[in-house]
Amino acid sequence: MKLHRIISLSLLSALLLGGCGIEPWVKPYERERLADPIMQSSRDALADKHHEHVYDVREGARGATGIQGGGCGCN
Amino acid sequence: MRCVRRWAGVLPRLLPVALRRDRVAAKSHTELPETTQLPAADCLGPLYRGAARVGGLLGGVLATANAEAVDLPGDRADAMYHSFIGGGVVANGPAILVRKSLEDVVSLSAFNYVDMVSNASIDVVTTASPYKETRVETGVGLDYVYRDALISLTASTSREPDYIADSASIDVAQDFFGGMTTVSLGYSKGWDTVEKHNDPSFSQPANHWQYRLGATQILTPRWLVSLNTEAIADEGYLQSPYRVARVFGAAVPEVDPGTRTSRAATLRITGSVGAQGAVHAQYRYFWDTWDIRAGTEEVGYSQYVAKRWLLDGFVRHYSQSHAIFYSDDFATEETYMSRNRQLSTFNDLGLGAKGSYSIVREPGRYEIKFTAAYEWMRFHYDDFTDIRTGKLYSFDANVVELFLTATF
Repeated sequence: MKLHRIISLSLLSALLLGGCGIEPWVKPYERERLADPIMQSSRDALADKHHEHVYDVREGARGATGIQGGGCGCN
Repeated sequence: MRCVRRWAGVLPRLLPVALRRDRVAAKSHTELPETTQLPAADCLGPLYRGAARVGGLLGGVLATANAEAVDLPGDRADAMYHSFIGGGVVANGPAILVRKSLEDVVSLSAFNYVDMVSNASIDVVTTASPYKETRVETGVGLDYVYRDALISLTASTSREPDYIADSASIDVAQDFFGGMTTVSLGYSKGWDTVEKHNDPSFSQPANHWQYRLGATQILTPRWLVSLNTEAIADEGYLQSPYRVARVFGAAVPEVDPGTRTSRAATLRITGSVGAQGAVHAQYRYFWDTWDIRAGTEEVGYSQYVAKRWLLDGFVRHYSQSHAIFYSDDFATEETYMSRNRQLSTFNDLGLGAKGSYSIVREPGRYEIKFTAAYEWMRFHYDDFTDIRTGKLYSFDANVVELFLTATF
């Protein structure tokens, strides 16, 4: 319930602020370096999935990686 | 075995706004008039001159048509061989992924992933017999762009002789503040069925709920920061039907609680370095109702070399405290008891490298790349002993991925 409340408030705040017209301080034409593939946290979905699987089945922590993994196979 | 954790969907997750826009840039490249050139582009290498040109056009596109701010993941096909060798376990196999967009509004994807496992790990050799088995996972996905939002739906199923895991997920990403901020929300549900070799009557359910909330923020023309959080709730049969705990040296069936709730938050910062490099650093903190606390630190560097090479390197360190019901050897019998070393106090260190070579490339149209990735890992356990020697257990592992990627 608490989690739902946090998500709802976050979404509502984002929607409300989205209409405030805050001026972007990095203009679109200044974002060429940010658009380069080497700035991505996950360039290759399959390879990243395999790595995430390796970690997931051996480590107790999970989640918040930006990659959906999980798994089996194997301790 | 064996998994008390499910495979969730594999399909590409929501990408920060800058990453998705790269696709717009790539598409726009072929339409770029030769006269379009940024003033600073002459100072850059050939790669960045191209990027600067498409970046200029991209800026125009984004400035004049906000609906273009989100874009579908690029069309691609991957064929991979993966391998993990370490601690008596050999797990390898092929995997494929295909993604294709329709009318630039919908992108469909499908994947198949095979794990052929030969298991002679310390758990297996000290309490049972080595075994071999194969796990096959298949999934499909659909991504849809609506105004400034990207909506992704995925479903997958994983089958092995004694474990079935099905899952479905929905994710939504929305741009704000002229594309400076991307907020993402996600939800997944998993339905597992745990079975047992040589016992057809054994079948236990395990259900999983995942809630994701994240944001990526452009800081400067060279730096991005992101914060991802995820809460996961599990309910059902969360242990292994094979693993045993020890009480005064005697083996007894392990008993884990039937519920678990965990939370994790990852902070990541990525920066462009020099003309053709990028550096990243990230930290994840994890905590759960089983009293496990964990931290993961990672730093990495990526660099274009010549025209066809992209090299990456990283260092990753992970450490955790043990679950409240974990013990290497219990002094008394308790309600919940586990000797699962995944729940023990341990740390691991990983050193990784990856190299991609562009075999054929027609900018803005297609590219075929070969990539080789390797990670060396060392696991060291602080309260899990090798009962054959009485010493604390540790092992090294080698992780390999070899794959061909076609983007088109």
